[in-house]
Amino acid sequence: MKESKLQRHGLWTRRRRHLVWCVIIYVILTAGAVVLMLPLGWMASTSLKESSAVFIFPPEWIPKPAVWGNYVKALTIRPFHLYFFNTLIITVLFIVGACISCSMVAFGFARMRFPGRDFLFMVLLSTMMLPRIVMMIPVYILFTKLRWINTFKPLIVPAFFGIAFYIFLLRQFFLTIPFELEYAARIDGCKTVGIFLRIILPLAKPALAAVTIFSFVSNWNDFMGPLIYLNSMNKWTLALGLQAFKGQWATDWNLMMAAALVVMVPTLVVFFFGQKYFIRGIVFTGMK
Amino acid sequence: MAIDLVRRNRWSKARRREAIEGYLFISPWLIGFFVFTAGPIVASLLLSFMRWSIVQSPEWVGLANYRRALFNDRYFWQSLKVTSLYTVLHVPLGLFGALMVALLMNQKVKGILVFRTIYYLPAVLSGVAVSLLWAWIFNPDYGLVNFALWKLFRIHGPAWLASEQWVLPAFIIMGLWGIGGGMVINLAGLQGIPTELYEAAKIDGAGWWSEFWRITIPMLSPVLFFNLIMGIIGSFQVFTQAYVMTAGGPNNASLFYVLYLYQNAFEWFKMGYSSALAWFLFLIILLCTILVFKSSPFWVYYEAKKGR
Repeated sequence: MKESKLQRHGLWTRRRRHLVWCVIIYVILTAGAVVLMLPLGWMASTSLKESSAVFIFPPEWIPKPAVWGNYVKALTIRPFHLYFFNTLIITVLFIVGACISCSMVAFGFARMRFPGRDFLFMVLLSTMMLPRIVMMIPVYILFTKLRWINTFKPLIVPAFFGIAFYIFLLRQFFLTIPFELEYAARIDGCKTVGIFLRIILPLAKPALAAVTIFSFVSNWNDFMGPLIYLNSMNKWTLALGLQAFKGQWATDWNLMMAAALVVMVPTLVVFFFGQKYFIRGIVFTGMK
Repeated sequence: MAIDLVRRNRWSKARRREAIEGYLFISPWLIGFFVFTAGPIVASLLLSFMRWSIVQSPEWVGLANYRRALFNDRYFWQSLKVTSLYTVLHVPLGLFGALMVALLMNQKVKGILVFRTIYYLPAVLSGVAVSLLWAWIFNPDYGLVNFALWKLFRIHGPAWLASEQWVLPAFIIMGLWGIGGGMVINLAGLQGIPTELYEAAKIDGAGWWSEFWRITIPMLSPVLFFNLIMGIIGSFQVFTQAYVMTAGGPNNASLFYVLYLYQNAFEWFKMGYSSALAWFLFLIILLCTILVFKSSPFWVYYEAKKGR
């Protein structure tokens, strides 16, 4: 009896079981990864096809004449360089405003004491759950009265007043910085502003990186904002340009995929280089 | 005597100065809160009681907008139905999927980081570019989905974005592409579960089923709670995809609520009515959030660490 038990354990040793388990996981994950990446591959494949090759069934994955000219055509048929610059300006200014204001506010919530601090922070948190549309119409009317419609200002200025999510993220991060540093600085005569600028900010680089990356991605892809506020074509962002593309060249899928892919590229690049910060940023806010 | 000292120090110069500094530091947000959040919320409530199309002068109509939405506007109900259906299907699928993927991803195998990157990547892509891509993928004749269906199962796929029955499933599938977003949060949560719990369970002879339901899920419940709320709030506000891909879909089958609101506000300039619609949405989301919060003592388990 004992022998057969040992035999059974011999075939299915702990090590073997672990190995089999690993293989199963690999297989499932790989299958899933392939499925997830298929759309992107499909996009690249279509973007290089000739117009006639787009509408054949069954479609071929690797276009035989790979028409790189599609990219040139797609990007020049509409002034994409203009859209690119507009989007870049808006995004960069937004990031600057968000970083400055959110780090200031987060510092106040994290390191300073004042009456009502925790209550106000609760208020801040609850604004994160407000649907954007409730504020949208009066804000639009406000901007109309200010004559800021059809400028970049409505898309940039609010960033300088803080974004709840980033304030939250930075505040959580600031809380992890040991207070001893602050005490030491104060003993040396450092004022609060000095502490903010010389101690907290330099240490906050990873969190600020996360804010920058999140802001970049959300702004680059933003559609509703530019849709509402930017009327003249020369002020359009990439999102609006792409949408117009679809309206006018609805069946030129190869050109559309080329343009869409190009618009996606900056986001992909930022993602690859800033992955760490993305994930760390999410972790900081997702875990209360 | 000591009490006097404490009393005096409460409003001492140092404390007062710190308080003023504190307010100064948060002043950008404080100002922004009143100008861009609190003020507009009140303003939109007031607007919802008026009829205004910007060029004319506003007139007070009381509850007329709300009554109209509830009793005279079938598109209101249609958009509510579309959005609710989408939410009810998308959120649980997303939660479940993100959890499963996170569990898979939590194994200590080599190269798992590469997988994590691949799975998270689609969650970063959004907006018009992605909508265009998926519009092409769901193309009934030449798109990827119907091609795969034919190749693998010999089925003629439906007309997806042109079909009243299949347009919402298309949106749901598209939404699930971004499963990596929820996965990352779940993963962080999973990695925060102390391994001692699992070891203790093993000693007591627990199998993986028990381990899952008695350790993993309870310890992960705050994260699941967070994902649930953010998922509901997000699903109710779908806009870009609907605008770009279907503009409301075949016969309003994909008339998402925010899209309908947008049309009322910025295509037909019914500022008062759309403010009422916005408030309806606000109240619905608030109701859902409160319900989830109220249910949380039954299934959300917080470790007993309070305060800082």
